Amino acid sequence: MALGRSIGGAAEYVVIPALALVAALIAFGIFVACFGKDPADLYFYMYQGAFGTWFSWQNTLTRAAPLILTALCTALPAQLGMVIIGGEGALLMGALGATAAALLMPGAPPLVVGVAMAAAGMLSGGLWIALAGGLRHYRGVNETISSLLLVYIALAVLNHLVEGPMRDPTSLNKPSTREIGAANMIGSIPGTDVHWGFVFGVVAAVLAYVLIFHTVFGFSARIAGGNVRAAKIVGLSVGKLILITCLLAGAAAGLAGMVEVAAVQGRANANIAVGYGFTGILVSFLARHNPLAIIPVAILLGGINASGGLLQRRLGLPDASVLVLQGMIFVSVLMSETLYGRFRIFKRKEA
Amino acid sequence: MAAADTIGLWSVPIAVLGGAVRVSTPFLFVSLGECITERSGRINLGLEGTLVMGAMCAYATSYLTGSPWLGVLAAGLSGAIMGALHAAICGLPRVNDIAVGIALMLFGTGLAFYLGKPLIEPSAATLPAIELGNWSDIPQLRDALKVNVLFLIGVLLAPALMWALRSTRWGLIVRTAGESADAARAMGYSVNLIRLRATMAGGFLAGIGGSFLSLYYPGSWNEGLSSGQGITAVALVIFARWNPMLCFAASLLFGGAAALGPALQSIGFSQGYQLFNAAPYILTLVIMIITCSPKRTLIGAPAELTITK
Repeated sequence: MALGRSIGGAAEYVVIPALALVAALIAFGIFVACFGKDPADLYFYMYQGAFGTWFSWQNTLTRAAPLILTALCTALPAQLGMVIIGGEGALLMGALGATAAALLMPGAPPLVVGVAMAAAGMLSGGLWIALAGGLRHYRGVNETISSLLLVYIALAVLNHLVEGPMRDPTSLNKPSTREIGAANMIGSIPGTDVHWGFVFGVVAAVLAYVLIFHTVFGFSARIAGGNVRAAKIVGLSVGKLILITCLLAGAAAGLAGMVEVAAVQGRANANIAVGYGFTGILVSFLARHNPLAIIPVAILLGGINASGGLLQRRLGLPDASVLVLQGMIFVSVLMSETLYGRFRIFKRKEA
Repeated sequence: MAAADTIGLWSVPIAVLGGAVRVSTPFLFVSLGECITERSGRINLGLEGTLVMGAMCAYATSYLTGSPWLGVLAAGLSGAIMGALHAAICGLPRVNDIAVGIALMLFGTGLAFYLGKPLIEPSAATLPAIELGNWSDIPQLRDALKVNVLFLIGVLLAPALMWALRSTRWGLIVRTAGESADAARAMGYSVNLIRLRATMAGGFLAGIGGSFLSLYYPGSWNEGLSSGQGITAVALVIFARWNPMLCFAASLLFGGAAALGPALQSIGFSQGYQLFNAAPYILTLVIMIITCSPKRTLIGAPAELTITK
């Protein structure tokens, strides 16, 4: 019965966000037309830069990896009715934790270092978001604001550590930590330039889906998300649900930070903070906080990110044009919330 | 440097005082604006984007027209437009105001970076300062007491707003919409229209707060101009208990906290000043932890506000 209902409603949950996306793309086309660029060129280069060639596909998937993981940081707490927007902070803490782990164990076998980096990254990110969740449950502090404040605090911690205690003295222009070493870098999926982080992301999303929709824990979390009082009456420990969910959410974003260090940058510095955490919020909302839907949406948004370079080179658009488009998509998706249940074609015939 | 030696460590509290006056202005305007919006029963988390848009519009207008005051006006208008957008989207049924705020935060900063690309190089006319410290012969103190007109306007605005919210017909209508949408409707007012106006007014003030950033301190346009002042100011309204005078006091506190890092750096205390840059955010968190409680609703909170429900 549950399956039948989910298929009945599923069409609506695909068509309406897709319409919102198309509306945002049209609005963006009009926007660039105002600056004298041809929208047809825009769409062509966006497609080329995102999915047009094997090279752009690989670029897209590489960028989708951290987006899947940071989107989970918003999607998991959303099951409990919490709006966490601090994925960027957990990503930064994860990157720092992972780098510290690698630098603390020189000479260890790469596999051991890799596992330690992932564990340290996930723990750092997890505790960071669990802090926001704990403050919400035990002190009533709004989690949306506190998680965003934690982003700025994480940024200050990152700057402090890479310019101070963890600084590599040879990094003059761009303060950075020492490199984790080529042997400790996680490589690419064979036959591609896409690093293993993408696989981590897909596995994490599938695990999150199973956790939410096929375990007692996930069921309890969704009850608490629907009605805290009902959850307490049936004896659920809401505080524990919040803390564990936020820990897992932060761990996902922390893993994104670890991947950025171990697969892309090779060290921690300000390059880590490029806004994957903020785009992840958009991915989660566009996917309606469904972990499986996050995978294709992250690929789509990764593609938009990847096409930014081509838009800059061929059309002379500023690099912020990707941000404008993301903002338009976000606004459009939220406006489309009002459309649910208004189209008769999606209504199932009463049996 | 010689003068710094004569007053020694006193330069730190003086710089913090000066910072409190200088850095607090954007906090003050954003929090007063958010205060109006939240009193009407809606929260606008997008003021971070409004602040950056305001900064960009002010700089562009001042650069093109040569008049910084036209820039301030343009910043306010851009903020009002952003506020209208927020209110219009939130007016649709089943749309969550917090999520719309997050979206507009991203949209506003993206749009400002896009439109502001050509403005990073040129320099625009900035706002003048009023020297209130001429009686003193300590240069640091004179520096600290250089006050911008916008700060003085903000200082006057806080009690004016307090009075307006408490004692005018307009303030009563806004507060009614914030306490009970049904009551406002029963009196024949359109809740959406009241909130549209309140959000536009809030956006107008937040935009002016942004103009202070680009036209006075730091006084130039770049993409790192605002680092969370908008969102901190939104949090500040919560522990200022939606009271404009407390918003003013909290803004001064925050300005002082934000000035701590640069002040320590100026006396050669370079170790860990990055951590002091986080002081306003840590302070916000700590005050929120102290003043919030899971057991009772916040005193003075508008009942229609989603963030306290």
